[in-house]
Amino acid sequence: MPISNYIIFCLTLFTIGIVGVLVRRNAIIVFMCIELMLNAVNLLLVAFSKMHHGAAYLTDKASLVGAEAQIFVFFIMVVAAAEVSVGLAIIVMMYRNTHSIDINFLNRLKN
Amino acid sequence: MNLVEIAFWGLSSLAIISAIMVLISKNPVHSVLWLIAVFFAISGHYILLNAQFLAIVNLIVYAGAIMVLFLFVIMLMNLNKERDPQKNVWIKLAGAVSGGCLLMVLVSLVKQANEVNTKQVEMGIGHIGLIKTLGKVLFTDFVVPFEISSVLFLSAMVGAVVIGKKDSKLENN
Amino acid sequence: MNKLVYLIPLFPLIGFLINGLCRKSLSKTFISVIGSGSILASFIVSLILFFDVKSGGAMAVNPLFTFIQTSTLKIDFAFQVDQLSSLFLLIITGIGFLIHVYSASYMHEEEPQHYGRYFAYLNLFVFSMLLLVLGANYIIMFIGWEGVGLCSYLLIGYWFKNNNYNYAAKKAFVMNRIGDLGFLLAVFWIINKLGTTDYHQVFSLAQDSSKHLLSTFDVTAITLLLFVGAMGKSAQIPLYTWLPDAMAGPTPVSALIHAATMVTAGIYMIARSNVLFSMSEVTMHLIAIIGLATALFSATIAIKQNDIKKVLAYSTVSQLGYMFLGLGVGAYTGAVFHVMTHAFFKALLFLGAGSVIHAMHHEQDIRNMGGLKKKLPITHITFLLGCIAISGIPPFSGFFSKDEILAAAFAHNKIYWVLGVAGAAMTAFYMFRLYATTFLGSFRGTHDQEHHLHESPKAMTYPLIVLAILSVVGGMIGIPELMGGHHELHHFLSPILVSEKAHEIEHSTEWMLMGISVAIAAIAILFAINKFSKKPEMQDAEGFGKVLANKWYVDELYDTIIVKPLMHIAELFKSIVEKSGIDGAVNGVGRLVQYSSRQVRLLQSGQVGSYILFMVLAFALIILIWVNDGHIYRFLTKIF
Repeated sequence: MPISNYIIFCLTLFTIGIVGVLVRRNAIIVFMCIELMLNAVNLLLVAFSKMHHGAAYLTDKASLVGAEAQIFVFFIMVVAAAEVSVGLAIIVMMYRNTHSIDINFLNRLKN
Repeated sequence: MNLVEIAFWGLSSLAIISAIMVLISKNPVHSVLWLIAVFFAISGHYILLNAQFLAIVNLIVYAGAIMVLFLFVIMLMNLNKERDPQKNVWIKLAGAVSGGCLLMVLVSLVKQANEVNTKQVEMGIGHIGLIKTLGKVLFTDFVVPFEISSVLFLSAMVGAVVIGKKDSKLENN
Repeated sequence: MNKLVYLIPLFPLIGFLINGLCRKSLSKTFISVIGSGSILASFIVSLILFFDVKSGGAMAVNPLFTFIQTSTLKIDFAFQVDQLSSLFLLIITGIGFLIHVYSASYMHEEEPQHYGRYFAYLNLFVFSMLLLVLGANYIIMFIGWEGVGLCSYLLIGYWFKNNNYNYAAKKAFVMNRIGDLGFLLAVFWIINKLGTTDYHQVFSLAQDSSKHLLSTFDVTAITLLLFVGAMGKSAQIPLYTWLPDAMAGPTPVSALIHAATMVTAGIYMIARSNVLFSMSEVTMHLIAIIGLATALFSATIAIKQNDIKKVLAYSTVSQLGYMFLGLGVGAYTGAVFHVMTHAFFKALLFLGAGSVIHAMHHEQDIRNMGGLKKKLPITHITFLLGCIAISGIPPFSGFFSKDEILAAAFAHNKIYWVLGVAGAAMTAFYMFRLYATTFLGSFRGTHDQEHHLHESPKAMTYPLIVLAILSVVGGMIGIPELMGGHHELHHFLSPILVSEKAHEIEHSTEWMLMGISVAIAAIAILFAINKFSKKPEMQDAEGFGKVLANKWYVDELYDTIIVKPLMHIAELFKSIVEKSGIDGAVNGVGRLVQYSSRQVRLLQSGQVGSYILFMVLAFALIILIWVNDGHIYRFLTKIF
């Protein structure tokens, strides 16, 4: 499978995530779109890992080239889990204070 | 078209369609369910790429834990279609157009990169995706980041508790 | 021994830093001890160096570090110790120390903070002056040159709450700057032609006739520009008007800066560059003429002044004129000699005047004094000695130095001598007019003042006594061979001065010249004492005297021909060019920015969504431009 297929597929997923952030006002959906972008990147990392591994595998069957990328993906998932817990806590707090999860409420950056 | 290719295109189209459905569903609960579908598709890709460990972790952590958390929050807040805030049509259009522009530019980049176009992803060979191999690497080369990530979790837990706690001062007022 | 040289400017610098930075927290006693002590330390080191040089220690250049380095020009931060600089070091630190001690008492009424500021400025001044004298090249000299100008400005405007004093300070600074420009241009010229500013190299290259590095025109231009610098600093016509106004500063400052040291920087610089100056006949003539003119001109003004410090100020200008006359006729030794003796007696006179002013509670008009002889015995005696010394009565110091200059002038051009003697007579006259009006006769001030008259404290009288002794015996180092002396100073300085023209006058003529000048001075003294001790002129001068009392209206002349037209042009520029042109442009830009920013501000809605939208679009645009060099068409063909 050509690597460009994977790249374009992941870019598409990533862009859908961006568009989601742009068009939705619901904070939870926006958050989910961010998760979507993270997953797109994860998949691309694994694809690249396999690409490099495939090249190294031809010369050395026991090669570990590319394993780091998958460890990376693992850590991204770890961090994402932590991020989600904090992020959802923030959203809950915001809902409690404003009775809304509209991100346009959070326009304090203006001042 | 062999089996692998069929699987690739099938999973890809499933993921993209589900991702689009995440965006356009009015009901947040549906969005969550569509997102779980995306995660399943991506896990399928992981299996296709011979990365079984990540596939399972992805299912357990994302589709299992995280998305359940999302569902909990949505249901706690009792969100539904009527209460979903909607953006102005023009802003939606602008967002879609700019996203499209970005995708176009990025794709053109990929198309122009000669190096990328010649490389192949070897799907079926190798063993680096196995738990055994990754475990070895994780607990030798990456043991320090692994331990640090536990600290990260601890701080995230503390943070979530502190943020989520009811503000007693606010209540008194 | 020469290794110690860096200590000399270092002590005053440390004193300046301590007094300047801690002036709010230190006690007055501590400040004065630091201020005076640092100068005393410098004086001791200078003394060591002086005897080292005197006993035949070779002239030495001590580079401390490289100051400026370019591919073609290397300027070291270097100090040069030789006969000339060691002599000036002694004058500066020695008299500086006495004046610091005097100031400690004189300025004692000031608040501690201002007291500290005063001593910090004085120390900074001494530091700059030492830098000026010690520098081994024109750049270091220029640093000191500017430094003393700055300190002069700061000290003239020391009582900054008085606006007139501030104007005087500004005037001094601007006049000095005019001269400094000349100096700077000369240095640039030297660098351009010779590629170095180091004294040794400049002089040896300039003298090297085989290379023809300097044409006659170059030498004349350089020396004239240097002389312009000297004019500004040493208050010669036409840049002299700042010096009388500089009397706005505290009296010890007038003594140290505006009589003994800083104003002699011009003399020092020309004596230092004597090799160059000797190469240009034109400049030498000009120096002699301007010096003589200044000497006579300011002497006439001094005759009619009634402010005790103004008289001394014009006297200083006049004496500086004599020094330039000496330089102009090639009597470098005589000029340096006169610098030294003048430093003694003029510092003495200023400090004596300070003592009088102190006793009179800041009364400076001599018409309100008189009869102070009994009340201020020590001040009276020392002041009298100073007056005799400046009048050129043998065997006081002023006689020897002035006579040497006059003799050289006679050998050069007899008219110079006649005019010089006339100036000397005027000097004697106005000095004893001052003396008689102040100390003789009866007291003319208020009862209150008379009641409070008192001799100054010891810290003020001791410096007076020391300076009086120096004024009396200071001439001994330069007794001419005619009188059986050896002229030690001449021998001492000879290694660094170009050979002076031998006095081609016979001994009998020289005796006669001395006799005439002394006799004329004595007559002037007697006439002045006789005229002013009993009934001093109380009414304002009339007729020609009024012209003199108003300083020949030079300030008014400058005001009319330079300041007023400048003001008019400035007014024109202010009202037309600035208002409509520059202001319009500047305000227009401002208004444009304000307007456009008000529009752009709307973009900052605070909505994260819109920010991300812009981010995405900008990102796409950057990639587009970066990868495709902005060729949209090529980009479009690549996509599909």
